[in-house]
Order: sequence, then C-alpha cells, then structure tokens
Amino acid sequence: MKNLLGLLISVALGILIVLALDVSESFPDFGSVEVSERVAEEYFDEDNVNEVGSGNIVTAVVVGYRGFDTLGEVTVLFISALGVALIIGSSKNQKRLDLKFKPNFMLKTGSRIVFGIILITSLYIITHGHLTPGGGFPGGAMIASGMLLLYLADDEFRSNIKGFKILEGLAGSLFVVIGLLGLLLATYFLQNFLPTGAVGDLLSAGIVPIIYILIGLKVGSEISGVIDNFLTEEESA
Amino acid sequence: MFDIISIVIGVIILVLAFLALNSKSLIKAVLFLSGISMLAVVLFVIMRAPDVAITEAVIGSGLVTALFVFTLLSVKKEEVK
Repeated sequence: MKNLLGLLISVALGILIVLALDVSESFPDFGSVEVSERVAEEYFDEDNVNEVGSGNIVTAVVVGYRGFDTLGEVTVLFISALGVALIIGSSKNQKRLDLKFKPNFMLKTGSRIVFGIILITSLYIITHGHLTPGGGFPGGAMIASGMLLLYLADDEFRSNIKGFKILEGLAGSLFVVIGLLGLLLATYFLQNFLPTGAVGDLLSAGIVPIIYILIGLKVGSEISGVIDNFLTEEESA
Repeated sequence: MFDIISIVIGVIILVLAFLALNSKSLIKAVLFLSGISMLAVVLFVIMRAPDVAITEAVIGSGLVTALFVFTLLSVKKEEVK
C-alpha cells in the first residue's frame, strides 16, 4: 500500500514537471535546437563536420582523430585500477570500513535520491558526448562519485564488485573490437565506418557516441572498483 | 569585464592556497583545496574550455575531496609524545 502510494505520487509529479516544461517558451522542443549555434562557434569547423560529424572539435580530436590515444588513456586507468586491486584488494574475506558515526534514516534515503539525479546527469553527459562538452571520462567519474556518496552515507552499503569487473572487461574489449572493425571495413584502426549523419542528432557522428558510451561504462566501473577497494579492509579473523 | 573577474578569482585562489597550506586542521585544508578547484572551474568556463571545466568539477572538487574526507574520517588520531 505504501509503495503503491509512493509510485502514484512520483508518477503524478513526473507528469506535472513534464507538462510544466512542455508549455514553457524558454524550453525548445527536443531535437529542434541548432547545436552548432550553441557550441562555441570557433570550435566548429567544416572539415571536422564532414569527417567526424561531432558538434565540437574537441570531441573530434579526442575520439575521432586521436582515438588510439584515448585507448591508451583507458589502458593507463585500467593498469592503475589493477595495481590497486592487486595491492589492497586481493584477500578473500573483505569487510567494509566502519564509519565513525551512525547514519540516520534521512541521510540514507536522501543519498539514494541524490544518487539517482547524479546517475541521470552522468548518463546525459556520456550519451551527449559528441554534441556537448563532456563525454566518457567525466561522465564515468561522475558515476563513480555517486557510488562514493552511497558508500559515505550508508554504513551497510556494499556494491556488487563482480558485476563491475565484468562490465569493465566487456566495455574495454568492445572498444578494441570496434577499432578492429574499422580496420576491417575501412582502412585503419578505429576509423569511422558508420555514416556520420546530421550534426546535432543524438544518433550521429558514426562510432563516436558508441565509443563514448563504452568509455563511460569502463571508467565508471573502474573507478567504482578502486573506491570499493579503498573502502574495504581485510577482516581480522 | 572578464579580465577583472579572472584577476579577482586568481587572487582568491592564491589566498585559498595559502590558507590550505597554513591551516592547523587537516579537514579545513581539504575544504580549501576543494574551493580552489571550484574557482578553477569558473576560470575554465571564462576561458571557454567547458570540457576541462566539467572534468575539473567532477574529479578536482568532487571525487578527490570526498576521498580525502573519507580518509581523514578513518584515520585514527594519536598523541605524539
């Protein structure tokens, strides 16, 4: 009964917010915004639009032209996470660090709500990485800071670290697989083999959004794993 | 206009850095460091580098501060003889 009431209230509030934003004049319709006018014009240049198709030239360099460098960066992060896991996370029976204070009910529930908002914002930043500033790395770090918030606010919280490890490995291998597909279908490693589409659409810029989503998942799960390793300790049997 | 804002923010960053170095309590030093990151975000936005600003906001003032605070919470204080 209580859950049903909560569901009803949240659905009603959601509809209210959507309706309120929908009639507002200052809020343009989804997809009808000319992104090239909003992103700093100096960074918008024709060659980049024809070749990579991203909304700004920073993304075009980071993922389009220098995709191999980005793969190297992700590898560096992977190696550091591996080192942390080897040094302080290798023993079998781990228990999480005790907090000095007892978190009350409001703190626990409030942190869950804020975590949802952080997660949605980070997913927005990751999926719109080819249109707006941001992208995989900041979005992933944002997911990880949300996990850290849950750890700080709840003294019994423990994330599913095994799932993170699987997600991280899967995302990393898919990155390499997409690079190899570029080698196979086009001429060189990590080359764009999909149509670039119109600048400003969510599904544009070829492989750039796919790679950013993979990077975001990988970075998020990696840093969350590092945080879990930091905040757990060996059980003194 | 932006020049004046940049100079003011730069001076505040220097003052905060000085305070962070000289403060007796460690947790205050961490908070001053977080303030430096926050102001650096404003500077990056003024310099039209929103990518760097987002990264600095997430890592500099979010993750690093939280990790420092958690570490300080779990470190035990002992008297030095």
